[in-house]
Amino acid sequence: MQNTVKPVKKRTPRPHPPEKNKAEQCRDRARLRELRRTRWFILPSFLGVAVFFLLPFFVVFYYSLIDNPVTANFVGLDNFFALLKNIAFRRAASNTAMFSAIAVPLAVVLPLLFAILLMQKLPLKSFFRTVLISPYMVPIASVVLIWEVLFHYNGMVNEWIMALGGEAIDWFKSDYSQITIVLLYLWKNIGYNMILFMAALAGIPRDIIEAAQLDGAGALRTFFRIKLPYLSSTILFVTILSLINSFKVFREVYLLTGEYPYDSLYMLQHFMNNTFVSLDYQKLSSAAILMAIVMVIIIGLLFLADARLGRDIEE
Amino acid sequence: MTKQEMKRAASARRRKRLSGVSRTLMTAISVLFLMTVAIIFVLPIVLTMTNSFMAESEIAANYGKIFTSVTTAGTYVAEKVNLKLIPDMVSFSQYETVLLKTPDYLFKFWNSVILVVPIVLFQTTVALIAAYGFARFETKARSLIFFLYIILMLMPYQVTLVPNYFVSELLGLLNTRWAIILPGIFSPFAVFILTKFMRRIPSSVIEAAKLDGAGEWKIFTKICAPMSKSIVASVAILVYIDYWNMVEQPLVLMTKEAVDLHPLSVFLSEINTGDAGLAFAVASIYMVIPLLIFLYCEDYLVEGVAYSGGLKG
Repeated sequence: MQNTVKPVKKRTPRPHPPEKNKAEQCRDRARLRELRRTRWFILPSFLGVAVFFLLPFFVVFYYSLIDNPVTANFVGLDNFFALLKNIAFRRAASNTAMFSAIAVPLAVVLPLLFAILLMQKLPLKSFFRTVLISPYMVPIASVVLIWEVLFHYNGMVNEWIMALGGEAIDWFKSDYSQITIVLLYLWKNIGYNMILFMAALAGIPRDIIEAAQLDGAGALRTFFRIKLPYLSSTILFVTILSLINSFKVFREVYLLTGEYPYDSLYMLQHFMNNTFVSLDYQKLSSAAILMAIVMVIIIGLLFLADARLGRDIEE
Repeated sequence: MTKQEMKRAASARRRKRLSGVSRTLMTAISVLFLMTVAIIFVLPIVLTMTNSFMAESEIAANYGKIFTSVTTAGTYVAEKVNLKLIPDMVSFSQYETVLLKTPDYLFKFWNSVILVVPIVLFQTTVALIAAYGFARFETKARSLIFFLYIILMLMPYQVTLVPNYFVSELLGLLNTRWAIILPGIFSPFAVFILTKFMRRIPSSVIEAAKLDGAGEWKIFTKICAPMSKSIVASVAILVYIDYWNMVEQPLVLMTKEAVDLHPLSVFLSEINTGDAGLAFAVASIYMVIPLLIFLYCEDYLVEGVAYSGGLKG
């Protein structure tokens, strides 16, 4: 949880030749040479990343610009236009966007609420923390059964609804289907975001809060006037992180409903998987590139948020 | 204490006494609320586990309307679906079948282990070494590479699996375990967290060792790596949980003839529809391991997650 203390940025030692004599200059240069030699530490990792991720990405890029691997004619952006016109891709993209629109706000607000509650003086505090984080450790595949028992057409939720006089809903095969996935996603991911918020809350200097309380600010006032501004950059960070994570939702859908789910659950990764099966390299590559571009834009936002985060804490 | 401070303290005390009752009420409401949430959160876990102790006939009776394949002619199926917290009769028959009678599940379990263990071990090792390089000395090139790592780390599988696939195809790794293990080892997540940690090691510690004549490798192995023990544990847990839960990679990189190599995290959804009773037992076995690790190492996990917040520093 010691995520709060911003370390002093390590400066690279720079030699100051005019002020130093020859022996010192010599030693500085030797030191610098030795420091530069630490690049060998990075090499194994970098080679692996280059071979498995970076270099093949150029291949992906190449494939996205040609018509097919045999004749290899350069077609410019045609693959991308074809992709944008592709009905399956559009559906996958809009479903994913829909999911993000529902899940992200909840994935930010609920963990924040729990984090604030758990930072109060409460009995059983650490027990609650443990319980709220525990779903993060559970493989989705393990709880899918319970989700089926709950949301199947003949399942428990419908029994409860009917007991209350409502009408049964086919949860997995109707426009409500995204709700089941959102619930699963929230159940699993709330703990993670909650930890991030708790770390941020713990980082608010106590004396500021105490000063505010001494000046007569109530709990609500302290929260909105002092804690919330302090948290704003963390909130931004968690929002964008959740947005990125919401693009990754596929696992849950696949494990619950298989490769060909109901229309509104057809996600981007489904599209990719089906394209892998047909081995359409052009479609795959242009989709990967397009998504990479979208992700880079969102990640850019994340960096901006993060720059604010750093500044706020240093202030 | 000045007069003003004393006055402030007095008014604070008065407020405290006044708000004593409402504070107790607030606490009670909060605890009640959290208790409800907590029950909802553990219920799926607990239900899966308790249901794994139901005999096949009880599963059929309770869930026959959902998992229709568990009912054969003549089995009793209740009118309504019954979600039961505690089985009528505790039975170990499902576990007996899974562990002793049908080796298929154990094979899949072994598939998971043999994929995940090397990834966890080598990803943390490679990353620990690289983290030292990133943290020890910052140059333009290294900052750029680190920046690339962060972007890569945040990319969804839709993007990273395509290059992975092309390389695996080129190297002939498709449909082998290496297609998952090798990209897993070089996944940049561990590098990111460990570098963040290493940057916080005070340079005075390193300089002191330097004065004693230690070389960089020695500083790394004798000082920085041992200092990173607890964060390495955190990272190992996070990497483990990520890969124990993997679905996308096997689906894309192991197809057709290699389906037998699929880990339990994928295979589980395939038994769900078949033998629901068995699936409960297999699901329980599969989640009990990460849950036990969590109960013993919760603080490590929390520290690791907290470190993943914020991109720099």
